Amino acid sequence: MVDVLVIGGGNAALCAALAAREAGASVLLLEAAPRDWRGGNSPHTRNLRCMHDAPQDVLVDAYPEEEYWQDLLNVTGGRTDEKLARLVIRESSTCRMWMRKHGVRFQPSLSGALHTARTNAFFLGGGKALVNAYYRSAEGLGARVRYQAPVERIELQDGHFKAAFVGNERIEARACVLAAGGFESNRQWLREAWGRNDAGEWPADNFLIRGTRFNTGTLLRFMLDAGADPVGDPTQAHMVAIDARAPLYDGGICTRIDSVTLGVVINRAAERFYDEGEEFWPKRYAIWGRLIAQQPGQIAWSIIDAKAIGRFMPPVFPGAKAATHEELARQLGLDEARFGATLRRYNAACRVGTFDHTRLDDCATQDLQPAKSHWARPIDTPPFYGYALRPGVTFTYLGLRVDETAAVRFGDQPSANLFVAGEMMAGNVLGKGYTAGVGMSIGTAFGRIAGSNAAAVALKAQH
Amino acid sequence: MQMIPIQALRPDETEVARVLQICNACRYCEGFCAVFPAMTRRLEFPKADLHYLANLCHNCGACLHACQYAPPHEFGVNVPQAMARVRAQTYVDFAWPAPLGALYRRNGLTLALALAGGLALFLLLAIANQGSLRQLQPGGDFYRVFPHGFLVALFLPVFAFAVVALAIGVTRFWRNVTPGAVAGAAAAEAAHDALRLKYLDGGHGEGCNETDDRFTLARRRCHHLTFYGFLLCFAATCVATLYHYAFGWHAPYEATSLPKLLGITGGIVLLIGSAGLMYLNLRRHPAHGDTAQQPMDRGFIALLLLAAGSGLLLMLGRNTSALALLLALHLGVVLALFVTLPYGKFAHAVYRCAALLKWAVERRQPNTLGVDED
Repeated sequence: MVDVLVIGGGNAALCAALAAREAGASVLLLEAAPRDWRGGNSPHTRNLRCMHDAPQDVLVDAYPEEEYWQDLLNVTGGRTDEKLARLVIRESSTCRMWMRKHGVRFQPSLSGALHTARTNAFFLGGGKALVNAYYRSAEGLGARVRYQAPVERIELQDGHFKAAFVGNERIEARACVLAAGGFESNRQWLREAWGRNDAGEWPADNFLIRGTRFNTGTLLRFMLDAGADPVGDPTQAHMVAIDARAPLYDGGICTRIDSVTLGVVINRAAERFYDEGEEFWPKRYAIWGRLIAQQPGQIAWSIIDAKAIGRFMPPVFPGAKAATHEELARQLGLDEARFGATLRRYNAACRVGTFDHTRLDDCATQDLQPAKSHWARPIDTPPFYGYALRPGVTFTYLGLRVDETAAVRFGDQPSANLFVAGEMMAGNVLGKGYTAGVGMSIGTAFGRIAGSNAAAVALKAQH
Repeated sequence: MQMIPIQALRPDETEVARVLQICNACRYCEGFCAVFPAMTRRLEFPKADLHYLANLCHNCGACLHACQYAPPHEFGVNVPQAMARVRAQTYVDFAWPAPLGALYRRNGLTLALALAGGLALFLLLAIANQGSLRQLQPGGDFYRVFPHGFLVALFLPVFAFAVVALAIGVTRFWRNVTPGAVAGAAAAEAAHDALRLKYLDGGHGEGCNETDDRFTLARRRCHHLTFYGFLLCFAATCVATLYHYAFGWHAPYEATSLPKLLGITGGIVLLIGSAGLMYLNLRRHPAHGDTAQQPMDRGFIALLLLAAGSGLLLMLGRNTSALALLLALHLGVVLALFVTLPYGKFAHAVYRCAALLKWAVERRQPNTLGVDED
């Protein structure tokens, strides 16, 4: 019998497998995806939010525990667990040595992401390079890996893990770590969670999934049905505005549209609906997915003019391009008259001071609802560009409640040998909102905790 | 006002432009090499830039294994492969004289014919000069098989032609990428990056990919052995030329003489390096680079291997009756190597150095884009 069974194949699962193997336990990791698609959502990640009190290799200045905690408190609006959050934060200050040992390499912030130079350590080559390194290290240490091995159910006895089932194959283990991701690619579950809106639409039908198609939440659903204590709200997720032409799954980072603050965003009725210049884009990009989810048809368009070109990350697909407002409206399939009127109203309301995209400048609209508070300049310089936007779900927050041991709980009693890590429990720390790199911090911290604790239990059971 | 013509892209170039638009929206690979930082200075990729970036790519494979959009993803991003195909196009497009650019297309055949021709020439000449291939030459004096003047008259024009042809090609390439003025610091940096093969280090110093996602310095080291071994052999020839003309000291030289020491060391180093490169090439991950170019790559490595091997055999067998045969073999291989120098894999060296120089110049220029995001 294997000591520790790890279910899942992304960052948290790999951290658990490595930690368990290091502790001396035999490890079997079951990845639902084939090898080419291994790693869950982790191949799409790029950095780790790190606490540090002084400059550290690729990180400048300091990012103390208290500031990190305040940032997390702020984005979650208090929907977090301070004890677990601080555990993650402290772990993030020391885990990189361990990550390096297992082959992960770091680099300073990428171009276009320089504002994270202080807070986030980037993986050299991105998340897939990290995933590759962890698999190499895990196999080098003797952990066994099986691909295309989705676990549909597990056998529990009074909250005690007995075995997992891959199809009809029963796999026993002394302890188990669940790290099989959220349910973001389960269309039916998303549909139920988001329900029907007043217009009779099922908003979630129009969501795109930025990550893996393998996060169907099968195991999460099983655990919830089996009576594991839940945490979080099924409609809460990391959700951003992405190019409407993005693939249904695995569009990843490159499908983001970062032109929002430089122009206006309109809905299907060719109306603006939110202050595009409320804050710096890095502080607002994660709310635009939800904003668009609330619009008719769950679609919107970012409209910019030639002045914006070269000031935002180049989009993966070329935008619609036109010499006049009317022509652009036609290309985008929007009502020309309304589109023209919206832009005329906006243009007339712009009070242009000194445009500066690097600070909260003094270019704002006057007497316009909704206002645009910064970077408001008339959209008057052809060619004009339009990008269709849809909500893009990164990962869901509904999960299993844990304490600092990462044990799964039933009726507030911890399981002796069943642990959980990654997206399946991230909602404990991240009940709402997002701040870049914190998902990987949670996955790394709790993956290692779950792996070590599972190994300890298994090794004790052996004797 | 000077008009810059917009040239239509060919399919291989269109593919690089498509891939780079995806890469430019992602940028995860920025730390691996110079290609990606150079890419981020651009929003669009006209033909000349595609050729510049394709030649800046060292085909290390790191960005393929790290790519979230690599096949089987529907975006099908394979940067090393797309770049390799455009590189081959570069060699053809800028070849001088232009019709000989076609030789890159069927390079395996080109090299084989050159080798056969070189061998036939020297074997027949040896027989013609001394009646048979098996005749002992006292003191291993190979000038009695092929007179010094004859060898100079044959090799000097061939070598000079190779230099001129490559220089014209790379000059055209250089003008197309509009680099601007070259400062001393940029030139020094480019030389450093070329001589150390900086961009085969993976950005973390652990090397590039060969058979899988594991990093290894094997290719970088084998390439160093090959290149510096080749240089030692070349230095041996240069010193011997100096001895001959400046001091009147004629070959063959003692085993402890400078030309011999340089040549023997160079030959051994080149032999090990090229054998290593061949081994690695045969085991390369099939998705790296362009498999259609394998005959060119392997043909060139094979010629280097043969040149080194035959040179060492000649040195060992110089006092036997096999001298003439070994000499004819060696000179035939070397002639084939030099004749095909401008129309084979060797071209990568000059175009890559030019691309590295362009990058060293470019990265000292201010970036005109003000892109920022999360």
